[in-house]
Formats: sequence, C-alpha cells, structure tokens
Amino acid sequence: MKWIEGMTGKANEGGVAAELREGAAQDSAIQDPAVEEALRNFRMSVHAWSDAAYSRPRTTAQIVRHRSWRLAVGWALAALLMAGGFSGGVFERHRRIERERIAVAARLAERQKALLAEQSKQDDEDLLAKVDSDVSREVPSAMEPLAQLMNDGAK
Amino acid sequence: MRAKGASTRVMASGTALEPLAMATAGEFAAEEFTCVVERHRPQIFRFLLASTRDVDLAETLTQECFLKAHRNWSRFRGDSSAMTWLMRIAINLQKDHWRNRRMQFWRHTQVNAVDLDEASEWLPSGESSAEKQLLAREQVKRVWESVKGLSERQRTVFLLRYVEERELSEIAQATGLSEGTVKAHLSRALGRVRAELGGKR
Repeated sequence: MKWIEGMTGKANEGGVAAELREGAAQDSAIQDPAVEEALRNFRMSVHAWSDAAYSRPRTTAQIVRHRSWRLAVGWALAALLMAGGFSGGVFERHRRIERERIAVAARLAERQKALLAEQSKQDDEDLLAKVDSDVSREVPSAMEPLAQLMNDGAK
Repeated sequence: MRAKGASTRVMASGTALEPLAMATAGEFAAEEFTCVVERHRPQIFRFLLASTRDVDLAETLTQECFLKAHRNWSRFRGDSSAMTWLMRIAINLQKDHWRNRRMQFWRHTQVNAVDLDEASEWLPSGESSAEKQLLAREQVKRVWESVKGLSERQRTVFLLRYVEERELSEIAQATGLSEGTVKAHLSRALGRVRAELGGKR
C-alpha cells in the first residue's frame, strides 16, 4: 500500500536536503486563500472524524475476551497435542518393550524345550546303553548252565 | 523544571493544580498524570489517527504512548510542555510501528487504514449548502491525497502544523528537528498541497 510505504520509506527524502537549505529561509505561511480554506476544511474534517472515533463505544473488552478465549483454546489444543504425543510415545515404547520381552521369553522357552529334548534323548540313550550293558553282562552267566549241559553232553 | 515541593503545581502544559496538602508525592504524581491523560489523550489520538488513518491502530498506539509516558513520568523534567513530550513519544511509537511492520513482513498483520474517500466523508457541520459540502469534501480529499504522497517526516510536520496547530518551535521539539528543517518540510508539504489543489481545481 502506497500510504504504508510512504510511512516507512524514504521515497521523498532525496530532494529534501536541497530543500532544507532554501526552505529554511522561507516562511511557510499560507498566501493562497483557497489553500487556506482547504487546510481549514481538512483540519475540521480530521477533528470531526477523530471526535467521532474517540467517542465511539469501545470494544476492547470484547476483543480481549475473544483473544483470551482463542488463546485458551490454543493452549488447550497445544497441551492436548503434547499430551497425545507424549502418551503415544510412552505407549509405543511400552509396546516395543513388551514385544521384546515376549520375544526373549519365547526364545528362552524354545531353548529350554530344546535342552529338555536333548536331555531326554541323552537319557534314553544312556538307558539303552545301560540295558545293553546289563544284558551283555548277564547273558553269559544266565547261559552258563546251558553251556555246562552242553559241555557235559559232549563228554 | 518541576518543583516537587511547590504548594501550587503549574504543569508544563499550563494547567494549574490545586495544592494537595495531604497527598504523598506518589499520589500527587498519579493525580498529575491523570490530568495529563485527560487533557491530552484526544489530541494524541487525533494525531495518530491522521497519521495512520486506522482507528484501531491509533487507539492502540495512543494506549502505548500513555503507558510509556506513565512509566517515564518520573523522569519528565518539564523542559518542554507535556503535550510536546507526549507527541514526541507518539511520533517515535509510530515510527517503531512501521519499522517493525516492515521488518516482520511475514507476520500476519491487518491493514485497516481507511481509503481517502472514507476519510474525506467527515466534514465540518457548518457548511450549509450541498454545493459547499461537495466542494469541501473535494478539497479535503485533495489534501488527503497530497498528504499520502508526503514522506514520513513531512507528513508528521504537516499534521502537527495544520491539524494540531502547533507552533514551529513545538514541532521542532517534538520531532527533534531544527526549526529551519521544520520550515523546509512544511514548505515542501504545502507545495504539494498547492499543486494538488491547483492542478485539479
């Protein structure tokens, strides 16, 4: 907006330096009655506008209330989002830990099972070996009378 | 200089205050500041309104001006009138506002400045005939147009002189310029107004 730019910019400052030298000597009194009248009307117009605007009912309280309400909603939403994010993070972490715990427990159970199976197999083998050994040791003595008979018959 | 212990306080703006025998210095200063606010608030508001053409912004800046004045009231030494001191604060606030606005262009800021037609609708009620009113409205609009084309300093000086009817010395104090510079700015501003009125008369 040109008005706004004019407020901030230095668009018209360029020629001012030269103007300052010659202008300082000039009297700024108004010579032209038309200009004088226009300036008087302008002044009265600004005064009328300002008086009307100054005495208008103020809406500051409403604006402040509206702003504070919006601020409160904003804060509540932000808090809700933060709480949601935090609880989501906590939940996710808890779930991951739980999953890891279950996986570890499953691995342990599997290992235990394997160990038990291994042990059971070993026990069976030991038992069979023992039985074989016992049988091999017992048979000769058990067969001894038969062997004796056979021996006697041969004589 | 402000004489704190004086029985009758004469404010720099010329307002004589009744002696307040029972009041403490703090209460007295508060009372005095209240008087200053009541007396000068409409003028500060009017100057800011004419400078910005934005009623809400003018109100906000007026509030800020008096808030700043209140904070620094104890440091006001009375070297200039209270009005000049307040006007200087208002001018600086206005400058800061536009500077901040330009620097912080990414911020969502609303421009509520009314257009020239709307600003020109306020007319002195004394004009009798419709023709005179129309002429006055046209003149006011032309002046607004020329004011719009002025630089920040020229506009400030012009409004202080021809709307607030301040003396050149007061304008020089309020703006921090020399009187010669103020005259030069006024001369240039008047030249623009003359050209605008003469060219379209």
